[in-house]
Amino acid sequence: MNNQALFNFLLRIGDTNLILAQRLSEWTGHGPFLEEDLALTNIALDLFGTSRSVLEYAAKIEEKGRTEDDLAFLRGEREFVNPLICELPNGDYAFTIARQCIVDAFQLHFYSELVKSKDETIAGISAKAIKETKYHFRHSASWMERFGNGTEESHERLQNALNFIWAYTEDVFATDAGYNELIKTGIVPEMAAIKSAWEKSMNEVLAKSSVSKPENVFMQKGSLKGIHTEQFGYLLTEMQYMQRAFPGAKW
Amino acid sequence: METIDLEQHFDAKLAKNEMIEPKDWMPDNYRKHLIRQISQHAHSEIVGMLPEGNWITRAPSLRAKIVLLAKVQDEGGHGLYLYTAAETLQISREELLDQLHTGKAKYSSIFNYQTLTWADIGAVGWLVDGAAIMNQVMLQRTSYGPYARAMVRICKEESFHQRQGYEIMCHLAFGTPAQKEMAQDAMNRWWYPTLMMFGPKDANSSNSANAIKWKIKRESNDELRQRFVNQTVAQAEYLGIKIPDENLKWNETKKGYDFSDPDWAEFNNIIHGHGPCNKERIGARVKAHENGKWVREAAAAFGKKQNAIDVAA
Ligand SMILES: [Fe+2]
Ligand SMILES: [Fe+2]
Repeated sequence: MNNQALFNFLLRIGDTNLILAQRLSEWTGHGPFLEEDLALTNIALDLFGTSRSVLEYAAKIEEKGRTEDDLAFLRGEREFVNPLICELPNGDYAFTIARQCIVDAFQLHFYSELVKSKDETIAGISAKAIKETKYHFRHSASWMERFGNGTEESHERLQNALNFIWAYTEDVFATDAGYNELIKTGIVPEMAAIKSAWEKSMNEVLAKSSVSKPENVFMQKGSLKGIHTEQFGYLLTEMQYMQRAFPGAKW
Repeated sequence: METIDLEQHFDAKLAKNEMIEPKDWMPDNYRKHLIRQISQHAHSEIVGMLPEGNWITRAPSLRAKIVLLAKVQDEGGHGLYLYTAAETLQISREELLDQLHTGKAKYSSIFNYQTLTWADIGAVGWLVDGAAIMNQVMLQRTSYGPYARAMVRICKEESFHQRQGYEIMCHLAFGTPAQKEMAQDAMNRWWYPTLMMFGPKDANSSNSANAIKWKIKRESNDELRQRFVNQTVAQAEYLGIKIPDENLKWNETKKGYDFSDPDWAEFNNIIHGHGPCNKERIGARVKAHENGKWVREAAAAFGKKQNAIDVAA
């Protein structure tokens, strides 16, 4: 395969959506109230949908006869390349929302550039994802605002969530040599511009939410090399249980 | 108008098969019966999210996961339509939820059974949603307008659920020996609980008579149960799955199947809180509600502040 860089990139996007959706779907049936339960489930559904399209394309690019399900359910911990933030356990609703807002803001700016990709399939998937992500970001940013300005308790919970999670923000923008190759061929955008657009958006949301941006944070990294948090293995164990227990079965 | 005239007017409307609307006069017992039935139905939808939700994180393919997640979300949506319909009878969502959490209100006992394997997700969709549809199709013509209209929206989605459940069963029934075994095991565990879903036998059903008089219900428990069995036998045969009933036999005179009663003692135990998962189900609902308290409070406080700003501006 001479498309290794493209394959790796597709895994990155597919895993980002898959693992975050897996976490969000843990809330289904347990949300803070019914309307919000439905709204969060909607977001999970969008992300699963994107991950499925992207992994399907990755499998095709790889040309090894694997399917999107093989990629989702039969890779090990070290082969997953989602940003670490996606796999962090849900915590309370403030944590879930803070995690979501950070990723939504990233995805919004990222897809807005990725839609110009020279790769038509990627451009098509991005066009659909932009529409969805706009709604996701509006949802998470408006909850940030409510928590930050709602009650003392909600403010404190949101600030605590941000203080913990901020260490995982830089890892979202990680790139490697393969990614830089793809920039040259016009398949993916420069990450630096995306990061500054993300920073601007986050600064706005944080200001509106009357919370402060954590300063002097030591940044966690490793996702592009498949170095995960300890919780990740448990997430995979649960997600992959059926495919591992019944090899070769069709569902 | 005197109460007696109002009552005559109400009866006349029912006789003409006209809908009763929230603003219409209605007998107190009719209102009470409706609140009980609609809220019970709403609670069943949201408690019903739990046994199936139990498999979302373990669904065996991306497609199966998306289909299941969307289904569970649909059930939540049904709960929302129904709570809204109940609210037209002058009772608040908060009161309704409180009745669920304190055990004052009931929900369908079927959701107190465990989903132990992936095949249970197929069996629930095929059998449980299938049985629910029998009831719900009838309720599209129920006499209370908001309830009937909620049921029309719900029924559209329910038929998908049953088809999706049956599709899961097809994959299993025509799959590996382990999958077939899983499918049969699910059938063995879900068959009788599903029959219980139609409620006690007509002879023992205290609420049925009024419900039929008021045209809230239009067919009896036994009629619906019989129709369900008649429809399901052929579907099971196609799958090569055996219905766990030695007495199941075609009866030419009644043009329907004879079948065994479920264990009504077990049914009564579950209704009285002693099913396999009663405590877990209510526990999960209460926990979600309590954990969500600060979220709802924050939203309310923020809404108030925004209003104050809007008024000032
Ligand atoms: Fe439903
Ligand atoms: Fe359903």
